[in-house]
Amino acid sequence: MSTPAPAPAAPPAGEAPLAVRLRGIGKRFPGVIANDDVNIDVRRGTIHAIVGENGAGKSTLVKILYGVQAPDSGTIEISGELVSLGSPADAIKQGVGMVFQHFMLADNLTVLENVVLGAEKLHGIGGAARAEIKRISDAYGLGIEPDHLVEDLGVGARQRVEILKVLYRGARVIILDEPTAVLVPQEVDELFHNLRGLKAEGLAVIFISHKLDEVLSVADEITVIRRGTTVRTVDPVGVTARQLAELMVGSELPSPSTEASTVTDKVLLHIAHLSLPSPEGRPLLDDISFDIHKGEVLGIAGVEGNGQAELVESIMGMRKGATGDVVLHGRDLSTTSTRGRREGGIGYIPADRHRHGLLLDAPLWENRVLGHQTREPSASRGLIDKRAARADTQRIIDEYDVRTPGVDTLARALSGGNQQKLIVGREMAGAPILLVAAHPTRGVDVGAQGAIWAHIKKARREGLAVLLISADLDELIGLSDRIEVILRGRLVGSFDPSDVTPQQLGSAMTGAGDDTTSRETA
Amino acid sequence: MSPRVTRLVLGLAAPLLALVAAFAITSLVLIIAGDPVGGVWSTILQVPAERNMANIINNATVLYLSGLAVAVGFRMNLFNIGVDGQYRVAAFTAAVVAGEAWLPGYLNTALAIVCAMAVGAAWAGIAGVLRATRGVSEVISTIMLNFIATGLVAYLLRKVAVREAGSNEIGTKEIPEGSRIPSIPFSDNPAISLYGFLVIAAFFGFLFWFVLNKTRFGFDLRATGQSTTAAVASGINVTRMTIGALLISGAIAGLVGLPILFGDAYAYGSTFQSGLGFAGIAIALLGRNNPVGIAVGALLFAFLDEQSNPLQIIIGVSPDIVAITQGVIVLTVVVSYEVVRRYGVRLEQRHVARALEQSDEPPAPTAGTGHDESKGVTA
Repeated sequence: MSTPAPAPAAPPAGEAPLAVRLRGIGKRFPGVIANDDVNIDVRRGTIHAIVGENGAGKSTLVKILYGVQAPDSGTIEISGELVSLGSPADAIKQGVGMVFQHFMLADNLTVLENVVLGAEKLHGIGGAARAEIKRISDAYGLGIEPDHLVEDLGVGARQRVEILKVLYRGARVIILDEPTAVLVPQEVDELFHNLRGLKAEGLAVIFISHKLDEVLSVADEITVIRRGTTVRTVDPVGVTARQLAELMVGSELPSPSTEASTVTDKVLLHIAHLSLPSPEGRPLLDDISFDIHKGEVLGIAGVEGNGQAELVESIMGMRKGATGDVVLHGRDLSTTSTRGRREGGIGYIPADRHRHGLLLDAPLWENRVLGHQTREPSASRGLIDKRAARADTQRIIDEYDVRTPGVDTLARALSGGNQQKLIVGREMAGAPILLVAAHPTRGVDVGAQGAIWAHIKKARREGLAVLLISADLDELIGLSDRIEVILRGRLVGSFDPSDVTPQQLGSAMTGAGDDTTSRETA
Repeated sequence: MSPRVTRLVLGLAAPLLALVAAFAITSLVLIIAGDPVGGVWSTILQVPAERNMANIINNATVLYLSGLAVAVGFRMNLFNIGVDGQYRVAAFTAAVVAGEAWLPGYLNTALAIVCAMAVGAAWAGIAGVLRATRGVSEVISTIMLNFIATGLVAYLLRKVAVREAGSNEIGTKEIPEGSRIPSIPFSDNPAISLYGFLVIAAFFGFLFWFVLNKTRFGFDLRATGQSTTAAVASGINVTRMTIGALLISGAIAGLVGLPILFGDAYAYGSTFQSGLGFAGIAIALLGRNNPVGIAVGALLFAFLDEQSNPLQIIIGVSPDIVAITQGVIVLTVVVSYEVVRRYGVRLEQRHVARALEQSDEPPAPTAGTGHDESKGVTA
């Protein structure tokens, strides 16, 4: 391993007064140390990025700073004053505001109504509030119209409404939790433009992310968190993404790079004219057709909510009303039940493992049976074969490196990465022909991510057809043999991953067609 | 302790905690009302006499079936509030069929039992179909069906009833002696005996355990109860499971009135015991939807009912005080199961973390302390 670490240079805004000073923050959960001796200084008029892999303790730290959770040890100073934050209301009073990854907006209300909701005392709910929103919007270049309905706004605009909400409440320190996760590259640029505007007005921005290129382009200081503790604070000038990543992981990185092509000309999955009508107007899926060959990984790129989930669930037979052909290895499964499709050879790694992949309060061996109730070795003649299911669970634990004390442990007790490895092992059992993997590495640690990538590559080598849906464009480019872009329920472009950039994909994903920025405000 | 043993201990801790809390709250009510706390508890908690013991077991048999019926629904997150209505229409049907005696002897009994189960299932199935196809909450529909059942049975009873001589009570034809279920002797006194239906109830308890824990159908049912979304993704037809679970729940509910019918009353009359379905909800909760737990819960409720009878005579306290105890048990049991469940999850997470720390390789990143070569920040 190369020695990471450029020498910690004096931050550019070293003279500015401190907005936030965290010292020795610690937070334990039973069996888990989420934060341990976290030390961070955030100066006014800077963008301070906190990076770390999933599960490193970023979210816990943010929750502590926003008053959602109380730290077990350590001190928080805001503008030089020692504070104790018992609730988000306390945090807001101290001028700390938070923009969550999942927006907290009421779609059927206007921007004005959303902004004043819960803050009616500040400027009322009428003209004064409207004027204040306009003032803030203009001052920071947010481009928000107070009387638009939130449901008419795009993702980027909704995020700006969230930022405006926080500013409206008088925040001087703004925390953004993974703000770019829901944005396409062009929207990210705009967000960064807005953040620079906030910074210029003397606000402190705390930016949580694990996308290192973005962090490097926008942050003035970067603090790396690993295993719950602050590893180092670095100056983005003179540090590379790779060095940062190595600080985050503490070792060499896995990368998703594809190996030699294993694509054959034998079609395993044939999808033709797949459509899914929606009760209100525009169909959720519109005439989708594609083939996946033996040994091929087809990647689907798209902004979330453009039909990826519907596509996967239609292929799995979970959506009523889907029309079109689903042919697996020459067998028409269009009218077959989900169970029939699974028995026919589809392995399914769902996007949301807690909702669709696991029985959280059931032991691991029962989770091994889930989805395989009708097949050996889990069951025979209508009865669950507990002994065989337990034995096969142990096999998955060993082969897929699921870190658990045993097969009787409840699924809930495992970390996300280990839960996901169990799911991958389960879905690869029973010799599938097609693997449908929706966001297979979302929310898992880097170690598990590398392992899951290796399993997908192995599946490809072994001649499976793989349908990969991911929001991580690097993952898509690295693993896929072909990438299709989905936009508003239609496939709008096919790309060769060997010569496509995330920017080109991003353009196709927003329907821009070229690299010009398309602003999504209404 | 292995995880399974831990889970068993925790499983027992919850109802005990609930009972202690319920007794404390009942005592508080007695103190506030100025009734003798010690007297009430010493009356209730004395060792029951043989006759009372038989009554307790007989009532528990009935309550057990009711608890099982509710528990089937609970296992799938369905609230079958309608056991009350289901057992009424079913017991009435069984009484009519058995009273008509189209078949001889025990064939008549068997036919009546099958008819009761079918009618109970059909009555619950209405709610199942409404839920599965129209999304109507089974809580609402089963409550409504209870009212309809009460009215329907009262109406039909008039049609088929025979009036007993010298009484205002009306009832169905009496079941012929050859079709009654013989009782199990319990003591030297031939008047003290147990319902023969006890055996059938125990068999259904076993069947409940076997189907839920050993069969694919049971796995599907439990999986659907734990997470509908995961069940759908795993290929379970949730619509069919919803209807199936309510049919089974209703079929068992159909048995609830039968121990009384075939072992004691021999006819369905206007005074046939009511309210058994609601007790079943409490008992299923108390017994954690587990066939052994439900048996314990049924015995406890029957014990409280029986032992409170002499309260009025002995110390002048209304026996309704145990209804408070029973009600409070239901509330405290829900709370204490949740408390114990959370504690169990924490314990398990700690156990996992400890087990993984002991292994050579570092555990998942969130679970370890970690040793970092460089710490600190720039000032």
